[in-house]
Amino acid sequence: MLDSKQMITIKGTKEGLTLFIDDHSSFEDVLSELSDKLSEYRPKKDEPVVPVTVKLGDRYLSDDQKRQISEQLSSKNSFVIQSFDSNVVHRDEALTWKKESDIKVVNRIVRSGQVFEYVGDLLLVGDINPGGKVIATGNVFIMGSLHGIAHAGSNGDRDAVIAASFMKPNQLRIADYISRAPDYDAEGIYMECGLIDEKEDKIVIDRLQVLSHKRKDINGFERRMLNG
Amino acid sequence: MGEAIVITSGKGGVGKTTTTANIGTALALMEKKVCLIDTDIGLRNLDVIMGLENRIIYDIVDVMEQRCKLKQALIKDKRFDDLALLPAAQTSEKTSITMDGMMAIISELKQDYDYIIIDCPAGIEQGFQNAVAGADKAMVITTPEKSSVRDADRIVGLLENESIDPPKLVINRIRNHMMKNGDMMDIDDIIQILSIDLIGIVMDDDEVIKASNNGEPIALEGNLKVSIAYRNIARRILGETVPLQSLEEDKGMLKKVKHFLGIRS
Repeated sequence: MLDSKQMITIKGTKEGLTLFIDDHSSFEDVLSELSDKLSEYRPKKDEPVVPVTVKLGDRYLSDDQKRQISEQLSSKNSFVIQSFDSNVVHRDEALTWKKESDIKVVNRIVRSGQVFEYVGDLLLVGDINPGGKVIATGNVFIMGSLHGIAHAGSNGDRDAVIAASFMKPNQLRIADYISRAPDYDAEGIYMECGLIDEKEDKIVIDRLQVLSHKRKDINGFERRMLNG
Repeated sequence: MGEAIVITSGKGGVGKTTTTANIGTALALMEKKVCLIDTDIGLRNLDVIMGLENRIIYDIVDVMEQRCKLKQALIKDKRFDDLALLPAAQTSEKTSITMDGMMAIISELKQDYDYIIIDCPAGIEQGFQNAVAGADKAMVITTPEKSSVRDADRIVGLLENESIDPPKLVINRIRNHMMKNGDMMDIDDIIQILSIDLIGIVMDDDEVIKASNNGEPIALEGNLKVSIAYRNIARRILGETVPLQSLEEDKGMLKKVKHFLGIRS
């Protein structure tokens, strides 16, 4: 019955090829039709690599299925899958996504020797004492004094920031950057934030107000929606 | 039913044992029934400071291993009938003390005594865990030094995991002139970092060392500032409201007059 209707439609655009896969047919059928379609096509030698976007509609593909499709495409031909585009995400994926982009409010004092870790943005209402440490994959906001160590963007997010009501840290860490307190006895400062300055290639400390133009998309969720 | 208070600090040498001896003595002075427990196995000191070393026959490990009854191991103080000491063992293995054993001993002592003051060993290992096991309340001792405050902070963090009330803070060995010059952390700085309630401040005084060497707790002295400081802590434990001691040195009449006239002495 599906013979009349094609399961796979291929369109050429400026950016390469777009593969529309019908989301009502079984994965096996799709795979066999894909191999049929590809066998018709004989690539010329020295053909440049063609990027392919696969549009899945309302179909969910497991990692294994994605791998099968990309093997089909790249085995004989110079196709490279750029992205899979699907209207659905897996529940677990969505939950981690949500968790990573949620802001967690914690009310406690992180004391010497204690380590507090969180996936996502962290708002700590309380102090980080000397010798204490907080680690978050997103931003770290502290309503209190930061005397210990704060690590933002621990999974490598260099856009993450650390903001504190009172800043006198032992160390600031953002992604893979580390900065430490100066050896002379420095006074702490109120209402400051630490962020990575790309030009200077290091962590700089600045007034909180600079965040409004240096990190416009401070909200983790928006940032991830935009950057994928 | 009595109350068990553990005296702890994390760092060594800040005055846990001296504080235990003096708070215990001060409470006994106010006619409370007090039992002191030394849990620093292998490095017992409390008996020396109390001047009771020569009376030890059995110790806490003997009680735990049931070589004697608890009552037999308790040493009655030479000054107060209602003050007793359960000494630590000097030779036994540390592993012979268990948390369950400690809890059993303390609950037995609570029947007969109003206050059980537990002297905790330095460090955060098993000895600390044992000392804290049976306690209802805790007192953290610190000196106005960064390292000591850091360790006190660690201890406060560890005590949060135990089922006891938030600890109270004693700041020991305060040297007024250094605090004034800013060479030492001042009291407000320490409280701000630790954010727990202060229950007492104690000045540094050579007399404390002298008294410890003589086996006579300094809290028994009449008018020394340190003695009053320890007695004030005891009064606060009993629920009295006592203002904090002023840090100023007591001035003689002549100095006051000179100060008034603006003459430098």
